Order: sequence, then structure tokens, then C-alpha cells
Amino acid sequence: MDLNQLLALDVLPQLLKGAAVTLKLTLITAVLAFVLSFVIGFLRLAPNAWVQRLTTAYVEVLRGTSAIVQLYYLFFILPAFGISLPPTTTAVLGLGLNLSAYGSEIVRAGILAISQGQHEGAAALGLTRVQTYRLVILPQALVAMLPSFGNLLIELVKATSLVSLITITELTFSGRQMVVTTGKTMEIWTLVLILYFVMAYPLTWIVRGAERYAARYR
Amino acid sequence: MFSFEFLIRILPDLMRGLVVTVQATFGGFALALVVGLLLALGRRSGVKPVRLFCDGYIAFMRCTPLLVQLYFVFYVLPSYGIRFSALFTGILCLGLHIGAYIAEVYRAGIDAVPDGQWEAAKSLGLKPAPLWLRVILPQALPPMIPPLGNFLIGLFKETPLLAAITVVDVFGAANNVAGLSYRYNEPYTAVAVILLSVSLVAAYFVRKLERRYSPDAKRSR
Repeated sequence: MDLNQLLALDVLPQLLKGAAVTLKLTLITAVLAFVLSFVIGFLRLAPNAWVQRLTTAYVEVLRGTSAIVQLYYLFFILPAFGISLPPTTTAVLGLGLNLSAYGSEIVRAGILAISQGQHEGAAALGLTRVQTYRLVILPQALVAMLPSFGNLLIELVKATSLVSLITITELTFSGRQMVVTTGKTMEIWTLVLILYFVMAYPLTWIVRGAERYAARYR
Repeated sequence: MFSFEFLIRILPDLMRGLVVTVQATFGGFALALVVGLLLALGRRSGVKPVRLFCDGYIAFMRCTPLLVQLYFVFYVLPSYGIRFSALFTGILCLGLHIGAYIAEVYRAGIDAVPDGQWEAAKSLGLKPAPLWLRVILPQALPPMIPPLGNFLIGLFKETPLLAAITVVDVFGAANNVAGLSYRYNEPYTAVAVILLSVSLVAAYFVRKLERRYSPDAKRSR
């Protein structure tokens, strides 16, 4: 790989710009997916049978069809129904909805893992339902959920590469563009892989730290 | 808006695509099983460079997107004289990628065999081959079956990515139909329904396997 030649071709700055978009997409989507995960996760635990059925269907449909198919659906089919979203909104919405299905399972499992005794103890102390969750259940459940959410974040970093297929100029798209303009296939795809690795790998340390932290609390 | 007539006309194309999807799924999974086993054994190896290589491989595969891995193999290797068909490239990448995840399933399965079993087998003087084949694996494999089933479903849902490297799987077939007819609703809805029904049916069987092979189920029997 001739580094000087690559520098002269302005490849790295372009790829870094793409990587910045990837990070931005990851952050915004992560916030959306995190909030939705809690909403759907709690709704699935709601006593109402219809709410349960609807949210279960939501999770099964989103987990049962691929993220890329869902993105294409939003990108190509919504406009036919008169709903045209900007591509970035489509990307964030598509990835966020998809991940929230996985995230809601983490929330649900985390809350169900808290023993019934904790609920009974809180009730015996005269705590209201909201207080029970805020003061007793969630602090314990959140710690247990941390490693799984960390892993989901790593999956999200990688999943953002899919939105290159719906014309968002993130890292993978920048890579494709630079391959077309410079023809340096090997160098560019290697750089793209390295950049993804540099973004995702530090998250594995966070996951491992979270696992140790969660284990201490068990 | 949604024409069933058009849907029926494109269905044969999509079904041909589904055959390719199934080939990619099982081909990729077979490779992933082998890659995962090699990685799991490599991580237990006494030779440090082997352990480091396996850890590095797993970290790299898990921290880079499958889509870019596909591009790399499909567009970079041919300039070094290594040329695979698009489908073979897809199967190769799926196997190498998912294998890094499956290694963890093997590891957990092997670690779950109680220490006493190892000690007893060794004190009976068993050689490595019967130790693994007759003592460890028969106990380690059944609990692995449900998680492996989940990875098979997961791999199936990754196959639409192969369309990005020109494989005409069920998603690629839908793309072709959409590109020719400018009708998106029918092909993509059909793909979503096909993927959903296959993965729901598969998930039902995995749940059955879970009940059958989980350690809890055995205890209660």
C-alpha cells in the first residue's frame, strides 16, 4: 500500500468524513433505540392482553425480517403512500425501530430477572408502583442490562453500514465512492475495515467492564 | 396500490431467489460450524500465538460489518488472481463472520461440562480422542443445539446482504423486479413476508429444541 499516493488522492479525509457520519448516525439511533426499547419492553409486560399482543407482534415482525429489507421498505414504499422522509431520517428510523425490537427483549428479560421477593418487599414497605420501579427494580435491572446494551451498540455501529445502500454518505458509501474515483480497491476497503474496527473495538472494553460491574452486583 | 396479480407474476422469480437464499444459509452455516469449532479449539490451545490469532480473528470479525467484508472479498481478491462466484463469496463471508460468533457457543458448551467429568476421564486414562468423543462432546453438544439454531436463523436474516455483491437471492430477485418495473410495494412486501414466515417457523422449532435440550428440562424429567 503506497501511503503517499493515498494521501495525495485525498482518500483518508474523505473516509474520515464518512466515519464521522457513521458515528453521528450511531449516536442518534442509539438514543432512539434505547428509549423505544424501554417503551416496548414495558408495554410487553403490561397486564392488558391487547397491548401485549401488539407489542409482541412488533418485536416478532421487526426481528423476523432483515434490517436491510426494513430500510428498503421505508425508503422505497413510504414515498408511494405520500410519506417522503429525508434519507437520514429514514436511516435513523429504520435502524432505530429494528434495534428497539432486540433492545426491548433486553429490557423485558432484565426486569423479569428481578426476583418476585423484591416486588413483595417494596409492596410491604408501602411503595407505590412507580416508586417500586424507580427505587427498587430499575436500579438492579439496569445494571444487569448494561452488557447486553453494550453488545447491541456494537451491532449498531456495524448495522449503520447498511444505510449506504439507501444513499447515505457514511463510511461504507464513502468507501464505494473513493473506489470509483481512485480505483484503489485494496487500500480503500482495508482502510474502511480498520476504521470500523477502531470505532467498534473500544466498545468491547466497555461491555467487558459492564459485565464485571454487573457481576459484582449479583 | 397493491396488485395481487403482479405479485403472482413475480412470485416464481422470488421463489428462485429463495432457493439461492436457502443454499447460502446452509452453506454459510456449515462453514460457520467448522470455523467456530476451530476457533474454540484454538482458543484453548497451549500455543500462545494460536490463542492470540483466534482472539484477534474473533474481535476483528465481530467489530467490522459483514457488508464491508463482502465488498473486500468480492472486489479486492480478484485483483490478486483469486476469483470466486458471487454466491461462493457470500457463503465464504457468512461462514467466516458467523463462525466468530459460534466459537463462543462452543466455548460455553465445553466450559459447562463439570470439572469432575474431565478428572474422571483422565483418571480412567482416556486418551484425547475418546476423552472428547465419548465423554466431553456427548455432554457439551446437546445444550449447544438451541443457541446454534438461533444463529442459523440469524444467518438466514443476514443473507439479503449478499444482494449487494450481485447474488440473486430472494432480496436480489426483488431488487431486480423493482428495478425493471418501478414497483416496490409488491416485491419488498413479499420478501418481508417470506423472511418473516421462515424465521417464525424456524423460531418455533428452536423453542421446541430448547425445551428438549435445556439442562432444566432434563432435570425435571
